[in-house]
Amino acid sequence: MTYAFFLGCTIPARSRGYEMSSRKVAEKLDFELRDMKEFICCGYPMKASDKVSSELMGAYNLSLAERNGLDVCTLCSSCASYLTEVAYHLAEEGPKRDEVNKQLSRLGLEYKGGVKVRHFVRVLYEEVEPKEIKKHFKRDLEDLKIAIHYGCHYLKPSGIYENFDSADYPKSIEKLVSMTGARVINYAGEQNCCGGPLLPIDEKTALSLAKEKLDAVFDVGADALCVVCPFCSVMYDSNQKTMLSGSGTNFGLPVLYLTQLLGLAMGFGKKELGLNMNVVKTKELLKKYFI
Amino acid sequence: MIEDVTHNRADLQFGQGFAEQLGDVRLSACFMCRACTSVCPITRLNDSFNPFRFVRLALFGYIEEVLESGLIWFCTNCYACQEKCPHGVRIPDLMTALKNLAIKTGYAPREVLLQMNIVKDQGRIYPIDEFDNKKRGKLNLPSLPVSCEAVSTLFNENSE
Ligand code: SF4
Ligand code: SF4
Repeated sequence: MTYAFFLGCTIPARSRGYEMSSRKVAEKLDFELRDMKEFICCGYPMKASDKVSSELMGAYNLSLAERNGLDVCTLCSSCASYLTEVAYHLAEEGPKRDEVNKQLSRLGLEYKGGVKVRHFVRVLYEEVEPKEIKKHFKRDLEDLKIAIHYGCHYLKPSGIYENFDSADYPKSIEKLVSMTGARVINYAGEQNCCGGPLLPIDEKTALSLAKEKLDAVFDVGADALCVVCPFCSVMYDSNQKTMLSGSGTNFGLPVLYLTQLLGLAMGFGKKELGLNMNVVKTKELLKKYFI
Repeated sequence: MIEDVTHNRADLQFGQGFAEQLGDVRLSACFMCRACTSVCPITRLNDSFNPFRFVRLALFGYIEEVLESGLIWFCTNCYACQEKCPHGVRIPDLMTALKNLAIKTGYAPREVLLQMNIVKDQGRIYPIDEFDNKKRGKLNLPSLPVSCEAVSTLFNENSE
């Protein structure tokens, strides 16, 4: 299986642990994530300011993948959602695609509407047999209690995602976490947004939204929160300390990418999975497994 | 404040025109059930932010009041409202249209403009430099381009 690997902006600069662990997991599963240096921002960060230009950026990326005969695989949920949306709107021939292609032609490119976009986690869920994943497991994570944060754009808007999972009662990530032996525990407000997009606008509101979730997760006694998007991780991991300062609590809840959990089960080391770069320390958690 | 807009400024024709322009946002399909508001994570924290009210204000043509209030920027584009709307009103797309309009009419926050300019100039929100590539190298990750020509063709020579 080969996909054009869409890293986006945030991951290669700020969430290298996610990138490293995803590459490791893909390698194990004999799954090629092909690097494409020409890829640029997916366009989503500009949607609010200039939708026409942002769609053009999305289409530019899609046309590059198409030229290479590949579908696109992303790690960031916002890249996944936005590129899926652009691909959805440009799938049919029409004035919209003509206009985009007029612009792309200045770079010698054209988008013919044939690219599929997939989040890496969706690929693991839909395209890899559980036994194919499990056969690589070397550690049983049965001592871990994991709370899952699906986040918004991994599942929504559901209309463009062909119902690969339910937006109200999702189960794809839970299935993958459960394979490792870890126990998935539920908490109040699982569906809530991390608040990430609000961070530059109103930090206080953004952090209260994120804190609500951390409180709920802590209350049910989870050992870690599992995420699949770098923005969610920035909120829960990078900003956890700021959020809790002055609130009298300091729970130090580790936030792990799903690929870091799978990588742990596959027997990879802390550094190979970039776990040493997580902001909330994972030391106590890993001690259970003598790592 | 946006809660107190008076009805004598309503401009239904303008509102209708706006709704038509937005087409598949389906503004006029709204039947005021407020399901959107009941699930909006921002409304819970700040009750002057209310997706249902944005739909009504837009329909009544109070676009300028909405832009002036600056509240649209609180929308995280989380899609919770759209998923729950029984009549298929696409509120996140309405919010995007309003945000785009705010940029054009000078009501946008500085941070948003800054981000737009970085992406248009550099092709990334976090441009990569040699130092980043060094760090990536140490972690056995492939290096990435430190500049991007595609965006200058796409955005800076739009006159062609
Ligand atoms: S959920 Fe839909 S129909 Fe109900 S108030 Fe909101 S926009 Fe209107
Ligand atoms: S998309 Fe915006 S308006 Fe809709 S629920 Fe989310 S924050 Fe509220």
